[in-house]
Formats: sequence, structure tokens, C-alpha cells
Amino acid sequence: MIAEITGLDYLKLKKGQRFAYKFKRFFSLIPTFFKNLGIKIGLFFKNLGLGIYHWFKDLVLTFIHGDWKTKVSYIIMGFGSIARGQILRGILFLGFEILFIVYMIMWGGYHLGKLGSLGMYYEATITNPDGSVVYGVNSFNVLLYGVLTIFFIIALIYTWNLNIKQNRINEQIIADEKRLATAKDDLRAVVDKDFHKTLLALPSIGIFIFTLLPIFFMILVAFTSYDKNHMPPMNLFGWVGFDNFSQLFTWSAGGNNFAMTFGQILLWTIVWAFFATFTNYFLGMMVAMLINKKGIKFKKLWRTILVLSIAIPQFISLLYIREMFQTDGIINNFIASLGGKPIDFWGDPWLARITVIVINIWIGIPYLMLVTTGILMNIPADLYESANIDGASPWQQYSKITLPYMLFVTGPYLLTSFTGNMNNFNVIYLLTGGGPKDINMASSANGSTDLLITWLFNLAVSNSDYKLAAVIGIMVFIVVAILSLIVYNLIPSTRNEEEFQ
Amino acid sequence: MQEKRSMSLSAKRRAGNIASYVVLILISIIWIIPFVFLVLQSFRCESQGLTGYVMPQQWGINNYAYLFGWDMVNNCASNCNFLQWYLNTFIIAVCVAVGQTIMQIMMAYALSRFRFRLRKPLMNLMLILGMFPGFLTMIVLYQVLHTLGLTGDNAVPGLIIVSIASSGMGYYVVKGFLDTMPKSLDEAAMVDGATRFQVFYKVILPLCKPIIIYTVLTAFMGPWGDFIFARTIALGSQTGMNVATGLYSWLSAANISTHFTYFCAGGVIVAIPVIVLFLFLQKYYVEGVTGGAVKG
Repeated sequence: MIAEITGLDYLKLKKGQRFAYKFKRFFSLIPTFFKNLGIKIGLFFKNLGLGIYHWFKDLVLTFIHGDWKTKVSYIIMGFGSIARGQILRGILFLGFEILFIVYMIMWGGYHLGKLGSLGMYYEATITNPDGSVVYGVNSFNVLLYGVLTIFFIIALIYTWNLNIKQNRINEQIIADEKRLATAKDDLRAVVDKDFHKTLLALPSIGIFIFTLLPIFFMILVAFTSYDKNHMPPMNLFGWVGFDNFSQLFTWSAGGNNFAMTFGQILLWTIVWAFFATFTNYFLGMMVAMLINKKGIKFKKLWRTILVLSIAIPQFISLLYIREMFQTDGIINNFIASLGGKPIDFWGDPWLARITVIVINIWIGIPYLMLVTTGILMNIPADLYESANIDGASPWQQYSKITLPYMLFVTGPYLLTSFTGNMNNFNVIYLLTGGGPKDINMASSANGSTDLLITWLFNLAVSNSDYKLAAVIGIMVFIVVAILSLIVYNLIPSTRNEEEFQ
Repeated sequence: MQEKRSMSLSAKRRAGNIASYVVLILISIIWIIPFVFLVLQSFRCESQGLTGYVMPQQWGINNYAYLFGWDMVNNCASNCNFLQWYLNTFIIAVCVAVGQTIMQIMMAYALSRFRFRLRKPLMNLMLILGMFPGFLTMIVLYQVLHTLGLTGDNAVPGLIIVSIASSGMGYYVVKGFLDTMPKSLDEAAMVDGATRFQVFYKVILPLCKPIIIYTVLTAFMGPWGDFIFARTIALGSQTGMNVATGLYSWLSAANISTHFTYFCAGGVIVAIPVIVLFLFLQKYYVEGVTGGAVKG
């Protein structure tokens, strides 16, 4: 930990010393960051424990002090509400309980019971008494519906608790001789006081079924043996613990060296994201400044020409450009007509990497030009005027006014664009498909320009190696999450919500 | 003396401007050339493969006729499914544009205007879910859709459902826009006795026109380029494909020597409606993109 110095002392430092100070400060903050993280986690568990304790206490107290209607509600959800005249709420509670019971009897119980083993290999087929053979347990369905059932149980506990709480509140209201909310009040709340619940219901259900559940499922798949040799319904898969993770991190000689492949692809993913983000950012800003320059005419025309390339679906432009750079494509034909030797843009690893970054500039500049134009116009003009009077050169104006302002405003955008580029599937897949092939890598990877995300795609779609694809997916998440955490905690955030109101 | 100096200054400025124009013209050429080439090659009749030259030796609309179902060389129907793909994509794009906009506005309005207990956890959850690569869910969603019978020939409804269902996660731009709207608007209406629904429907929504147009535009453009998920779900079925999947298959090693100019013509036809729409609504797009970047 280095000593904090005051702003005045800081200004007295020379340039090099300032940098050294900042540098030291950054690294000295890292232990504090982890300490704070530890404290936060500790507090979280403490609060969790306290919460559970109070929850149980309330449940028991409500049961002891409640009347018989409340006591019945512990078994038959909504009974208390119906008995006290809140028919609508009562029916909803009761309906949910009945739905749950039916689901558990029909599907849930069976799948939950098999979740521990995901089905044994001899359960894959069932021989009927008449000799015919049908498929039995299906690991995929067991896992999927098992997870769904767990979520269903959590939802039931939540609703059950709500139902108890409802009884407690109602008893209090009756004791105070006040009026209970009627069905009409409830219906009004749906469009008024609780309108946010109405609004959020549909999007949340969508996200739950189509994003949360599948991601949870795939995280679990990372701990199973689900691949092309264990494909239900013929062959079942089972739990393997951390085997897949250790496969990814063990150095093995020969063609399937996953540790080396992973390391190389991760490195290139980060290098690519860095160049793709910052080349676009600075070049896009330069183009925007060029168009905004005083005395330049037809501003709208230049902008429209660039924007045109956003409007054209990426797969058309990218695929066409890929063909332009082929060994017998237009570019090489042009080079040949000038007397040059043809260049194999997609055949040489380094050339392919550079070409991909250059073409990505073509894709990205129009977008960045749009983003930065608006922000550049927001910089107060008098800053530049006074800088002009003081005799600042254009470069000084840029590095002392424009750039700091831009970096401050677009900081969060740079982060999202960096992580977006790490997962930039389209550009890589449509241009090179991950190639050219690197024979040192695992056979599931194409090689030199593969990102983690294209490798994941190859593993899942071409190789049906779902377990490893899931592991890679988790790795991508970890890298992105760590990066975001560091950036958000060490750089002053500009994302204060209430500020914009 | 004084005059001479100002002369040299203006000369300097003019030189600077000329240099800027040269750079801008160069940039324009680089950005426009692939499309010019694409259009030129779509009119080539002498061969259908990949060539090193751009100018067609024999001009004609054979490639377009082929896409619309007529083979001009042999004077017979061309058995091309392009129109089917086009229709599929158009249906998907319209449905997704409507559905996604509704989902995102509902999500954004609730998160922008209401302060409830689960608000922060919900936002954090969506942030965390967004950090997982989207492909991860593809494997599961494919199986689920397959069980429901929404793959292969029936891929269109399947794609629509998947594209709309979790689109609430992309609420950021709309919320950023709503956050800049003063809360006193809502409060004034509520003092006058409006319910929250009426505030949303009668006060806020009309003011959201720019951001609604932006959301519709981006959502409409998405499906034209959606390619990987569409291909996985369509499973090679000709009736279930969208244009991106279909055109991509024409560039495979087996097809490229006979289908490259068809790809060019198809690309032109796909790009035209999107470009026209885009040019008309450019203003809104620029507003949305700029706002989205600043407010995150």
C-alpha cells in the first residue's frame, strides 16, 4: 500500500513521477479490491443466514398465533384467502398448488429422481414383455426437466411463503377492523400500483425459459460426459465431475492437445479484441473529425456513404469480400495485372489475421463514426476557442481536450465493445471460418484465426462435443466477467443512473 | 505584411481542405466499391462462377430471372427456392420487429420508472446472463424446438419465438432514452388521476416515437443477417431456410462455381429494401446509436 498524496502534492510531481505514482497506485489497489470482495461475500452469507433464521421464525410464529384458516393454509394454499372473501387471490394460490402437484406426479418426480444418475446405461432401452424394444431413460430430458423441476420447486416455496404472509397481513387488517383488498382492487393494482409486475411478466418468463434455463443446463452439461459417444437416446451420459475442465488444462502430447489449443485461441481472442476495438475506435473518431471539420462541404453525403455499409446485411458484404480476397479473386487479379505475385490472403496464418483485422476496420468505422460524431459535437466549443487563443497546436487540442473527453464519456462503451469483439462470431466465421488450419491444434479447432466462440461453435455443431463446448462457454464467461469487474471497479464509473434524470 | 500573412493562412487552410477532400473521396471509394462490384457481377451472364474480373462480358438479367423462378437459358422453370426464403425472412423480420419492440419497451419502462425490491437483482441477473456466449443456449433450444416440432420445415415460427422470447435483455438503449425523460411528466399525469397504465400508454409512449422507430429498425434488420441459428434450426430444409442460410449455401465449395452470380443477385435483392428503409429512417438510427453508446 503506498501513501495517498494530496492533489497539490500530485501536481508538484514531474511527468514520469506522476505516471509511476498512478502505476503503483493501480497495483496497490488490487489487494484492497480482493479484500473488499471477500468482505462483501462474507456479508452476503451473514445476511443470508440471518434472512433464513428470520424467515423460519416468522413461519413458526404465524402458525402458533394464527387462527384455523391460517393453519389450514399451510397445507392448502389460498384457503385462508378464500375463507376471508379474497376469492381471486385464493384461486390463484390454489391453482398454482394443483398445477405443481399434477406436474410432479406426471413428469417432475420421475425426472428429479433420475437426476442423480442421469440414467444408467442399461436403462437406455426397455424390453417389453412381448420382446419389442423401446427407448427408456433419456439423459438429456432427465437433465432438462430435472432442472426445470428444481426451479418449479423454488417457485412453489416462494408462492407458499407469499400465501402464508398473505394470511398474516389479512389477520392484522381484520384485527385493525380495516377493509380487505377486493378482487376489483387487485385488478386495478395490475394496471396501476403493480403495473411493473404486469410489464415484466412476459419478458421475464421469456428470459427464464429461453436464456436462464438453457444456460443453467449447459453449465451442468460441463460436468457430464455428453458428446458424440454419449448421445441419447441410444447412449446415455452421466456425471463426470471436473474431468472436462482438467482435460482442457492438461498438457498432452499428440494431436489432441487441448491445453495448448485453448491457450493459443484465448491469446488470439484477446489480441483480436484489442486491435478490433481500438483500431475502430481511433480511426472511426478520425473519420468523424474529418467530416465535422470546418469548411468541409457535403457532410451528409460522406456520412450517408459510410452508413450505407451498416444497412447492408453483414453476411452479404463479408461473404463478398471473402471472395474478393480469394487467390483467384478480384484483388489478386488486380495485383497480377500490375505485375505482382498473387497473395494467399486466407492461406497464411499471419496474413489471414491481419486481413481479418483490416476488414473489420471496414465494418466498424461507419458505426464508430456515427457514435463519435454525436459526442464530438457535445464538447463545448469555447474550450477549443480558448485553446486556440493560447496557441495550442491541433495535436495538443486533440490530446488534451478531445481525447480525454471522449474516453471519459465512452469508457463503458469501450468495455462492451471489447467484450462484444471477443464474441464477434460473424466476422471470423464468415471470412475465414477459423482457418487456416493449424495442425498443432486439437482437431476440433480450425486454427489460426479461431476465436473461443468459433471454436465453441465447431465443437458443438461439427464435433457434437457438447461437454467441451460447455466448458469453453464457461471460460468465455469467466474471462468477460473478470474483465468487466476489474474495469468497473478501478475506473470511475460514469454509469450513475439517477444522474441523467 | 499583415495581408501576406493572412494570405498564407488561408492558403494553408485551403491546402488542408483539399487534403481532407482527397481522403474523404478515397474513403468513399473504399466503402462503396464492394457494392458496386456486387451489383456489376450480378448482371454477368457468360458464367456463374467466381471470376477475377468485374465487368460482365455479357450483360443481362438472367441471374435475377433465375431467383424469381425462370431459367432464361433453357427457357424453363428454375426450381430456385429464393422466393420462399425471401418470404420466410420477411415474415420473421416483421414479427421480430413488432415482438422485440414490445418486449424491450415493457422491460425498459418498468426498470426506468419503478423502484421495486427485485429491480437491482433482476438487472444484475440480465447483465450476468449477457456475459455468456449466446451459442451456448443454441444446443438446448434446438432440442427443445425439435421436440415441439418447430425445426426443419417449420423453422420459421421456431425462429420467431426464439428471437422474441429473450429480447427483453436488450433493454439498455430504450431505458437510456426513458431515463432522460423527466419523471415529473409521470407525476403530473398521476396527480390528474391517471393510472400507471394510462401514464405509460397515453403520455410516455407517444414521446418514445424516435426510440420505437430505432428499435423497430434494428429488430427488422437483424433477421436478414441472422444466419447461424437459422441454419441450425432449418436443418437444410429448403422450405424452412431464410435468405442468409440459403445464400450461404450457394458459396459452399460444391456450389460456388455454378452459383456465385446468383449469390450476387440475391444479395442485391436482399439489400435493397433494408437500404431504402434505412435511408428514410437514418435520423432515428443515428439518435439511437449515439444515445446508446453514451448512456450504455
